[in-house]
Amino acid sequence: MIDQLDDIEARVSAALNATADLDALEEWRRATIGRKGEVQLLTRRMGEIDPADRPAFGKRINEIKISLQAAFEARQEALTRAAHDAEADAESLDVTLPGRRPVLGGLHPSTLVMRRIERIFGDMGFQTYRSPDVVTDQLNFGDLNMPPDHPARDMQDTFYTTDPSVVLRTHTSGGQILAMQEQHPAPVRVILPGMCYRNEQITSRSEIQFHQIEGLAVGPAITFADLKGTLTEFARRLFGHGRGARFRASYFPFTEPSAEMDIACFLCDGKGCQLCKETGWLEILGCGMVHPTVLRNGGYDPEKWSGFAFGMGPERIAMLRHGIRDIRYFWSNDLRFLRQFQRFV
Amino acid sequence: MRVPLNWLGDFVELDGSPDELAELLTNAGLEVKAIDRFGVDGAELPWPADLVMAARVLRVDPVPDADRLVLATVDYGADSTRQVITGAPNLFPYLDQDLGGADLWGALLLAGASYRNPYRDLKITRLKPKKLRGITSDAMLCSAVELGLGEDHEGIILFEPADELPTLEPGRPLTEVLGDVVLDIDVIPNIARCASIMGVAREVAALTGAEFRPPAVPLTMDGPPIEGRVEVTTENPELNPRFVALLIEGIEQGASPYWMQHRLQLAGQRPIGNVVDISNYVMLEVGQPNHTFDYDLLRQRADSYAKSGPVRIVTRLAHEDERLTTLDATERELRTNQIMVADPAGSLSVGGVMGGRDSEIGPETRNVLLEAAAWERRSIRRTQRQLGVHTEAGFRFSRGVHPSQALLGARRAAELLRLHAGGTIAEGIVDHYPQPAPDVAVDFDLGYLRRLSGLDLSAEETADLLRRLEFGVDAATDSGPLRVTVPDHRLDIEGQHDLVEEVCRIYGYDRIPSTVLSDVLPPQRGNREQSFEDRVKDTLADLGLQEVVSYRLTTPEAEAKLHLEDAEPPPYVRLANPSTQDRVVMRRSLLASVLEAAASNSRFEDRLALFEVGRVFPVEQGDALPEERERAAIVLSGPRRSSHWQAADNPDDCFDFFDMKGVVETVLDRLGLRVEFAAAEAASAATPYRAGRSATVLLGGEGEPVGLLGEVHPAVAANFGLEPAAGSPVLAAELDLDRILERIPASLQVEPVPVYPEVREDLALIVDESTPAASVEAALLKAGKPLLCAVELFDVFRGEAIGEGSKSLAYHLTLRAPNRTLRDRDTKKLRRRILGQVERSVGARLRE
Repeated sequence: MIDQLDDIEARVSAALNATADLDALEEWRRATIGRKGEVQLLTRRMGEIDPADRPAFGKRINEIKISLQAAFEARQEALTRAAHDAEADAESLDVTLPGRRPVLGGLHPSTLVMRRIERIFGDMGFQTYRSPDVVTDQLNFGDLNMPPDHPARDMQDTFYTTDPSVVLRTHTSGGQILAMQEQHPAPVRVILPGMCYRNEQITSRSEIQFHQIEGLAVGPAITFADLKGTLTEFARRLFGHGRGARFRASYFPFTEPSAEMDIACFLCDGKGCQLCKETGWLEILGCGMVHPTVLRNGGYDPEKWSGFAFGMGPERIAMLRHGIRDIRYFWSNDLRFLRQFQRFV
Repeated sequence: MRVPLNWLGDFVELDGSPDELAELLTNAGLEVKAIDRFGVDGAELPWPADLVMAARVLRVDPVPDADRLVLATVDYGADSTRQVITGAPNLFPYLDQDLGGADLWGALLLAGASYRNPYRDLKITRLKPKKLRGITSDAMLCSAVELGLGEDHEGIILFEPADELPTLEPGRPLTEVLGDVVLDIDVIPNIARCASIMGVAREVAALTGAEFRPPAVPLTMDGPPIEGRVEVTTENPELNPRFVALLIEGIEQGASPYWMQHRLQLAGQRPIGNVVDISNYVMLEVGQPNHTFDYDLLRQRADSYAKSGPVRIVTRLAHEDERLTTLDATERELRTNQIMVADPAGSLSVGGVMGGRDSEIGPETRNVLLEAAAWERRSIRRTQRQLGVHTEAGFRFSRGVHPSQALLGARRAAELLRLHAGGTIAEGIVDHYPQPAPDVAVDFDLGYLRRLSGLDLSAEETADLLRRLEFGVDAATDSGPLRVTVPDHRLDIEGQHDLVEEVCRIYGYDRIPSTVLSDVLPPQRGNREQSFEDRVKDTLADLGLQEVVSYRLTTPEAEAKLHLEDAEPPPYVRLANPSTQDRVVMRRSLLASVLEAAASNSRFEDRLALFEVGRVFPVEQGDALPEERERAAIVLSGPRRSSHWQAADNPDDCFDFFDMKGVVETVLDRLGLRVEFAAAEAASAATPYRAGRSATVLLGGEGEPVGLLGEVHPAVAANFGLEPAAGSPVLAAELDLDRILERIPASLQVEPVPVYPEVREDLALIVDESTPAASVEAALLKAGKPLLCAVELFDVFRGEAIGEGSKSLAYHLTLRAPNRTLRDRDTKKLRRRILGQVERSVGARLRE
């Protein structure tokens, strides 16, 4: 009888290995190691065994049960995995199909560039001060040391309104006067962003409106060397630390001495190319020490106070930085242009 | 200002390359915009030394059977002479003449070299040998245009030896004779003194330390005296401080000498004839514009007012209704604030700006009255602007030419007319200078220099830098200010701040140290408006909308598109000098700007979600300045989502009123504001919205209106060119940010996270169709106090089961007590209370 056990085990094992899927396996389990299965029922035949052999017989049955149970579990795991694999094959995705992207909004490039500039100056203690677009001739010119028929008025083509004493501001510099008058007698450190207007032909290089960011620092001991240091640091942060900058003499009626700051051309690194008109330099901003007349108009005694001022055009900076060839893109509001700035970093 | 370096070299020694010089000048404020090279290394059209050379013309012979060609025999330094066929008209007068004594030179270009071909659009062309009339031609005598020097192709270059040219010898490379480098300098308003070769030379001398060599201005006056023949008076010396006149008689008009033509061409002036060229030459060289009158014409006019008396020149303001035809043949109406050069018979020229046609020199003119005057700069600028005339003379005078220059310019011009136009200068100079310009002296405090520049220079160093620019500086001591005298060619020094700039410029901006701001940091105020506006923009962008920025200039017509009915346009800030007819007033509406942006994008885009934050400029009738208001405008139209391959196209899934309302709610919620909406008053023709589909945005609490939103009336949308598909409305909103920003709470207050669980109850109420959902919600919240903490509408139902004229509103109610867990009887009690109260307040009954 004990000898038959080996045969039974071999047969049942073979049947287990032949099961093809989980259903067949369950069928096998029920027929073999299940409660009423063939292997379970072997115990009942203990009576037919010589009492001396019974312990050995019982032990052997147990071994078979344990071994079959283990084999069953292994088979079950293998068949389950195979089933999952088959299922996965049927449901596999073409991962190269396009993803579903949420619709993103975005900010205008001028906003983005101005925010970046404002942040850099904000870190240096320059706070934003806003002033009106439509101003008196006196504020736009007179208070800035440009009386009527001053030759510097030729530098800017002005939009006059039907009231001859009122103009659209040609620069945000007039805001300097308002900021000084408001903050006097404290020292001043402000930047003045805003829309400016000039009566020009609209072409790829000139527009009738553009933003300007003006800066002003007034204090008891501010020097031209401070101006250079501050703006050099600004240029490093905006354009990268290795970018060279130079200051050259220039003229603005409201500053003396006056300067223009250039940075080494991004495109050719100073070797000379079309972008920088073969000079190797790109003009970025105008600056200078606040003219004594302007300080006085702001309420500060030029014998005791000094200051520097600077002004730049964010659209120009954006054009240079991002290779924008046509300034008219800025107000054309074409989504095919604007959306590209969702990748602005 | 174009500065040929050979010309510049007359007044200052030039060391170093043109590039180095250009950098030096640029850094000192004379920005060199371009470096143009002619014939020299690096030029676009180089003149190889062995192929392009000076050649002496020995003989000019006819070419058999060819009327329009001549054969020139030239000596070009080789062992034998060379024959060149040319059609140059300016060689024909020399046909069959003995040229032994003429000393006539041309520019010879041999085969293999390149030239600009006037018959092929000035293309650079290599010269190849060819046969003409049986004669081999392998060289050419060049015109200015062929050498890349100018526009002139009337004839070949023919020149004579002159002091201004290097020594001529046959075969000398042309690049050594006529080659040059021109610096194109941007003359900014405060360095108008550099709108001249001499002015630039002064700067170069100061910057390099080389010596400045002012021009010698000898004057050979051997004609009969001018005294008694010309008198000058000035009625307005404040506008015309000086008037210098010289009389040059017996001139012969013709071409100016070639070296002068060459320099004028390089400087960008077209040579015309000796008298005009000399006038221009002196203006460019000295910076003093000058004017030539036909003296005989003046003489004739004098006979009309004082028979055989002197010519009486008077400068005076224009008379009422006076007119003058200027030399550009335009009759000009003059204004009484414009200063004129006149005689008793009438005006002759617009002083300092433009000559009159009738006193201008003509081809027959033999006697010339030369004027070199000083004019007050503002008056000249005003006159130019009023007349719309901008001349080289006006450019210089309007920026300031010191009166000291008038005599220098007059002497230089007169002597050149004598030398190169064959005139005789009448004895004596009329120099009417009633109020000589005062010497300007400035006390220069070195402490001020240090305080402003950050430079620590000794008195001696400072004085040395200033002396290089010809400032007079008294013995410098380190105590007390420097006494600085301003040289008499400068008008731009008003105070010591101007001297600081001069010191910094000559010292070099690049050598001034860079320091970190160590001054007092002002109180940090921040800019609340700006940061909240940024938050509005960020929220809208986060919600998937794109920011646009529009022109703030528009037309009343463009904004009238917002209204269905014609109305009297409101007052606008209007431009007096618009540059284009579609930008004439400052906008009053931001929504019109955004609708325009939407329309222009609708050509290639279905889904439009745009906003702008910016200013509008409403103005009251009679006010000069507008009230500038910050607004936000939003436009939505088209599909809610972007298209995707997986989603079936659902045409109904378009933006509607509630999308726009959600956007507005989110923006205001993120500013910490409670907001309510009320149906807009019966839409009038004055709003762009559809009746019954627009709302007023009210701030919670006082119910202050801060904006409007709604469906844009399809006819208004069509006015803007927006015609979306049926079922896809155009939604718009406008917010008054100034008012909103005033109401933003100072800080966010956080509520504790609840400790006890909440209970959810659903409740469906039937109300009259006309009852707004907001009042039902308000009634629920009021009735449920304090346990009812949130109400959420989840369904609106209309139908037979409810009955005509009614609607069912179904709500999730959230109930919670702060101090205990609610039990069933609590919620039942509350439900009964709520039902009772909402029935009384809004007539709601429970939907069973």
